[in-house]
Parts: sequence; C-alpha cells; structure tokens
Amino acid sequence: MSENILEVKNLSVEFHTPEGITRAVNDISFDIPKGKTVGLVGESGSGKSVTSFSIMKLIPSPPGKIAGGQILFEGQDLVQFSEEKMRKIRGNQISMIFQEPMTSLNPVFKAGDQIAEVLQIHKKMSQKVAMEKTLFLMDQVGIPKPSQKYHAYPHEMSGGQKQRIMIAMAMACEPKLLIADEPTTALDVTIQKQVLELMFDLQQKYNMSMLFITHDLSVIADIADDVAVMYRSNLVEFDTCKKIFSQPRHPYTKGLLACRPNLDKNPCRLLTVEDFIKDGVEIESPKVYDDKIEKNLDSEDTLLEIKNLKTYFPVKGGFWGRVIDNVKAVDDVSIKIKKGETLGLVGESGCGKTTLGRSILRLNPLKSGNILYKGEDITLYSKKEMRELRKKMQIIFQDPYSSLNPRMTIVDILREPMKIHNIGTNKNERVDRCKWLLEKVGLNQQALNRYPHEFSGGQRQRISIARALAIQPEFIICDESVSALDVSVQAQVLNLLLDLQDEFKLTYIFISHDLSVVNFISDNVGVMYSGKIVEYNTARNIYHNPQEEYTKTLLAAIPKGVPKDFLTV
Amino acid sequence: MKNYIIKRLLYIIPVIFGVCFIIFVLFNLVGGDPTHMLLGKHATAQQMEELRRTLGLDRPLLYQYFDIVKSAFTFDFGRSWNTKQEISTMIMDGAIPSLSVSLPGFILSSILGLIISVVVAYYRGRKIDTVVRIACIAGMSISSLAYILFFQWFFAYKLSLFEISGYEYGFPNFLPYILLPSIIWIILSIGPDVRFYRTVILDEIYQDYVRTARAKGLSEIVILLKHVLKNAMIPIITYVVIQLPFLILGALLLESFFSIPGLGGITLNALNSSDFPVIKAMAVLSAVAYILFSLLSDILYTVFDPRIKLK
Repeated sequence: MSENILEVKNLSVEFHTPEGITRAVNDISFDIPKGKTVGLVGESGSGKSVTSFSIMKLIPSPPGKIAGGQILFEGQDLVQFSEEKMRKIRGNQISMIFQEPMTSLNPVFKAGDQIAEVLQIHKKMSQKVAMEKTLFLMDQVGIPKPSQKYHAYPHEMSGGQKQRIMIAMAMACEPKLLIADEPTTALDVTIQKQVLELMFDLQQKYNMSMLFITHDLSVIADIADDVAVMYRSNLVEFDTCKKIFSQPRHPYTKGLLACRPNLDKNPCRLLTVEDFIKDGVEIESPKVYDDKIEKNLDSEDTLLEIKNLKTYFPVKGGFWGRVIDNVKAVDDVSIKIKKGETLGLVGESGCGKTTLGRSILRLNPLKSGNILYKGEDITLYSKKEMRELRKKMQIIFQDPYSSLNPRMTIVDILREPMKIHNIGTNKNERVDRCKWLLEKVGLNQQALNRYPHEFSGGQRQRISIARALAIQPEFIICDESVSALDVSVQAQVLNLLLDLQDEFKLTYIFISHDLSVVNFISDNVGVMYSGKIVEYNTARNIYHNPQEEYTKTLLAAIPKGVPKDFLTV
Repeated sequence: MKNYIIKRLLYIIPVIFGVCFIIFVLFNLVGGDPTHMLLGKHATAQQMEELRRTLGLDRPLLYQYFDIVKSAFTFDFGRSWNTKQEISTMIMDGAIPSLSVSLPGFILSSILGLIISVVVAYYRGRKIDTVVRIACIAGMSISSLAYILFFQWFFAYKLSLFEISGYEYGFPNFLPYILLPSIIWIILSIGPDVRFYRTVILDEIYQDYVRTARAKGLSEIVILLKHVLKNAMIPIITYVVIQLPFLILGALLLESFFSIPGLGGITLNALNSSDFPVIKAMAVLSAVAYILFSLLSDILYTVFDPRIKLK
C-alpha cells in the first residue's frame, strides 16, 4: 500500500444545468499523505468545496456529476463505490466538518445524541455505550461539563462550542481522513485559534490525515504540511507549505499572499489578486504601494461626539413579565470622531460593537447618554428630524446576500433612497446618478437592470456601498462589511472604501472582529469588551504597544500568516 | 410552562367578552327585530310585545349582553326558538354525526398526506414526484359538488356499495352511512395537504444540518424520517390544528347532500329560520374552539422544538 491515504487523480466535476454544462473542477490531481495535513486554498467558486464534496460523494446529483478521474482512498476508487458502500465510509473512515457551525447541527436534537448517532450506526454501539463514548469525546474536544452539555440543544451553545461538537462528531469513529471545509471562517479570532489548536492536537494524537479547506492562506500556515491552490476550477499550485509561502510560483498564489492585511506592514492600499493576474494573464511587475501616511486630524472639526452612552436590553421574567434584569450591551461609552476619520471598533461577538453602531444611528432605544452630531444633540431629535438626519448617516451591513432585496433590480435598489430623500428631480437625473455611482464602486453600467443574485458576494457588497453613497452621506457605519468576503475580494472592497473616503471626505466607523483589517483601515481604534471600550488609541499604538491584557489576547490570536518554522527555511 | 398555560387561559376571558360584544351588536343593531320575522307581517303590537317578553328581549341590553357572555362559560345557550329544544342538547346530538364523518376523514387524510409527501420528497425531481404534483392540482381543481354527485350516483346508486344518504345513531350502525362522505373528505383534503407537506419537507431538505447528517453516513430514509420530519413538524402542526375547529362545526355541503343530521345542518336550518339563539351559540362556540386549539398548537410546538420556550 502506498504512503498516501488519498490520491485524487485527474478529477473533473461537472454541473449540468439548463444553461449548459459548467465544469466546477477541471482535471485536478493531488495526494494526501498518511498522518499529514493538506491545505486546499482558493476563493469562493474556485471549486475547492466541490472537490471536498466529491471525495465524500456528497455533490447534489443531479445536477452535479463526477465527469472523470479517480479518487483513491487506501487504493480503492471511491468514484466506483455504490451509495451503500459510500455510507459505510462517511462519518466512519472519512468525516467532514463544515463552515457554518450555527446551522450544521440539527436544532431539534440534543447535541450529545447527535454525536452518539454516529457511533450507533457505524460501530453498532448500544445507546448506553455510545453515550459513554460521547461523553469521553466531548471531554476530548474541550466541552466543559460533558454530562450536562450532552443534554443541551445546539441553540444553547456558543458558536465555538457548536464547532467543537461538530469536531467530536467527526472524530467519533476515529476516521483516517478528516475533511474540514472552512471550519473557522465563521468564528471570532480567539475562538478560531482555540479550534485550530484543537484540530491540530487531535490530528497528531490519532495520526489522522486532514484536508483543510480555506480561502485564507494565513489560517493554515501553522498546521498544513502541503498546500494545494485552486484558481477557477484548476489546481494551479501544489507544493509543501514552506515552498508556497517562501517561493510561490503562480501569480494567483502570490496575489493571495499579498492581499491579506498584515500587522507588520502599513501600506496605503492593499495589493489584490488582480495586481498579479488579470484575465488569466500574469502581470510581471505588480504595483508597489507607499506606506500609509497618518492623517493629521487635529485641525478637523469633531463630527460626532458620544457621551456616556448606555444601551440596555431588559430581561423580562416572572408571571407578569416584569423587568428583572438588564443586559448591558453598551455600557457607558464615550468617544469623539473627527471629520474624515476612520474609527475602528474591534471585539468578539457579543461585546456590543454592533449595538453601539446601531445606537449611534438611533436604531435602538437608548438608556441614557448623549450623541452630538456636529454639536447638536440628536438624542433629542424627533422622528422627523431623525429621518432628515439619516440622509447624512448610512450603514453597510455584513451580509451582502440578504441585505439587498432579491426582487428589485440594481437601478431600483439605488434609486429608492434617492426618492425617499428627494435627491434628483426626475427619473433620468436619478438614473444618471446611479450610473455614476456604479462607476465609482467599480461596476459596469450594464449592472443597472440586473438582479442581486446575478452578482458575486464582492460585487453585491459594492452595490451596498453604492446604495449607501446614493444620498451623499457624510458618515458611514461599516458593520462587519467585509467579514463575509474572501480575502482577495476583501482587499478590493477595503481599497474602495479608502478611495471613496479620500474623494468624498467620508467619516467611517468600521466595526469588525478581524484586527488586521481594522488596523489597515482605521486611524483610531477602540477595543470593546462586554459593552465597554477597554482601550482606545491610534491604530499604530494599539497594535505595537497594547496596554490592556484583553487587547494582547486578541492580538495573539491573529494567525501570523507564516509557517511556524518559517525563519529556519 | 404551567404559568404560561394559566396566563393563556386567563387571556380567553377578555377575548370572549370582545367576541360576545361583536355578536351582540350584530344581532341587535344589524339583525333587525326578530319578532317581525317570527310572527310575520300581520302580527299585532300586543302579540309582538308578548313574544318579546317570553324571549327575554324586553330586558335591559346590558343583561342581554351578559347572557351571551355567560353562555360562553356555562355552555347553556337556552332553547331554540324554532324547535324549542335545549340548544346544548341539540349541539351534543349534532356533534356526534358531524365528528363521525369528519374525524376519520381528517385523521386518515393527514396521515396519508404525510406518507405520500415523504415518499414524494424522497423521489424529488423524478417522475413520481411530477405525477403526484399534477394529480394534486387536478384533484383540487374539481369542485367538491362534482365528487359528491358522481360518487353518490356511481358507487352508491349504480354499484350499491354504500348507502346513498341518511344516518343512524350508535356504533356500528352509522358506519355504512359515513363511509362515502369520509372518502370524499379524504379526496378533497389530500391535494392541498400533500402540496403543503411536500413544500415544508423540501424546505428542510436543503438545510445545512441535512448535509451534516449525510456526511455522518446516515441513509436518506433515516434522514427524512428522523432529522427532517421533526424539524418540519412546526408548520405542519400549525396547519393541522387550525383545521380542528372545522371538524366540530361540520362540513355544510357534505352533511346536507348526505342528509347527515350534524352541526352543519343545524346551523344551516337556524340561518334559514332566523333562529337567533342557535346562531349565537354556534358563533360563541367556534370562537372558544379557536382560542383553545391555538393554545393547543402552541403547547405542541414545545414538544417538537426545544428552541421554543413558553413563558
């Protein structure tokens, strides 16, 4: 038997749709050695997830179909396996973890039972034995008090815990190969670090092979032995992890490595994949950006001043539904933002950063405090005055998929806020402005009469930005606006936001859990922890000279983006 | 949970007051003078006055309103103007034939509908799925009258398989009379049932947790029956429970064509003869039934979905 647990040979996968045949995976080959971790990197739509689903033979068929090639698992070709034979492999010999821990567990069954189910079907364990083994597994993946958490339902757990449950489920039968499809993308940095460490430990302990799929190279720098890079359905580079990071050969790989914001460098714009490869043609000498010049904001007016802002959410209880407690989502926050400044707000999920953003726009009722916009206290504004002011304040949300109405064309989406706020006198004027807006965010005019679903995630986020710009705002809150995007697309959108800021003198509050992104885009940064701003300073000082323990923990959790023993190469 | 149920039961009180008020206003302001209708055009003023007193219509309006409210709690609706029978007995007598037709039809069509939709979901996108979907639409497009007339003529009259119409009290005497209407009930409700259940199940089948279940190595049948069905139960419960009040109130058309002395027939007669107390009783009864059954569906939700907590 060979040294490889899995050998993918000339695999091609096609999707047969009424519009024609799409080749999602085109003739790719790679091996996963026993006991090693292979990273599979690429952007959404590059075919990396389809590859992993093909190994499990879980691609929806029809329309999907393995059009050619072999998938050799311990020398046996899985492509030829019957569904029944495949079922004995799934969850037993090869198991899989998915991106979305929130939705990947069945909401109506107990977490423990969902793990035990795997043992019952594959190992034919009795309910009692399976339960004992499950408790052991839950302990292994670091779930506190397994005997209690066994009976918990998924909604009673945090995202990190759910992903641990998924890992326990995948590890239950001690599989020879674990496929992890973006397992940490939806998690906060600190949780991501813990989950990555756990997966690495388990892999070492059980000498298991792992296929780790991600769009972010820096995540796998520490744990992958080999890396395969996929670009537009093709495998463009397959080499050891060190080689990929030190001597990337394909321009796409070079672009991927360059586009991630890096804490050590401070360029004024990020390089994007397009700076290295455009329309499949390699660009020989990519641009070099100068370092960011720190803005001199001293002379600028204060645009927004927040004084002792508190937002509490009441907890009701008892027979009459009295308020028995308060969740202090925003607890006594004071900040000043100058015109043209970008204030970054960082913190983990639940720290109150989104609530703070919404409170500033008065989308949440406030408990107390003042919000001064150009010196006027907007907490005293009536609904009508507030509506007038919203013209000046906009928000861009995280999810570009659900924040655009799927039944409206782009021109209608962009025109709607203009109509509400009386911008432009007639239809033609507004359509002209839409064209101009699309040009500003780097989209073609042909986009006007199309619908949101015809665009990619990055393009949709550009449309959201265009919509926010439609009514000439002065101040924009970006609430995790780039978190759902691939790193390569994220770099483009971040550059766009900076270009627009320069051109229109915009002021941003940039909310994100990703510290490297916040560092890149912000002038000043506030670190939030349970409703309070625990540290506030210039971006440079926060990252190079953090004072608070919590800030240090956050910084330590950022993937370094280079292999551990990189310097010894 | 116990607190929640008590609270919900207490909510019934203001709702009943409201419902009774609407009924009261409708009958007193819009309905016209019932004595006119009962005595005809040539009645003397004295006759009308006398009748008014015997019916209790001369009492203060507030008293009359509270009579309706009281009846909602005691289920004592007085006597019918028409038959002079105790209304509560009339309802009890009518409910049994109504339920004997509707209940078996309802239970069987729900179970059958669920089974068919699980099978169809399993074969989604294939030929059998298309055939069932077309059959559902076709079945729903034909008027219920067509079924009733054709079935009576063909199965009961031509083939003499069933009784054409009529009813006999007591088990098992009523069986031959309820078979045909029950079958028609099933045919009428299975089309919309299957279409609804199928949509709900297919909505669930594309969820991420189903993908996880497949990756675990579960078979498609186990996934459908265990993982998907439990998640699909919430919309299904809502759909099923909302139909329950109709079962008691009876199917007007079926009952009148098959001469079944059920509540549907009683209501129809009362409407025809302006038998106000009976109509009022039916209106109050259906309001109470709706409130109780919506409470029942809320409680059932918690059985299937741990995310729902009643507080």
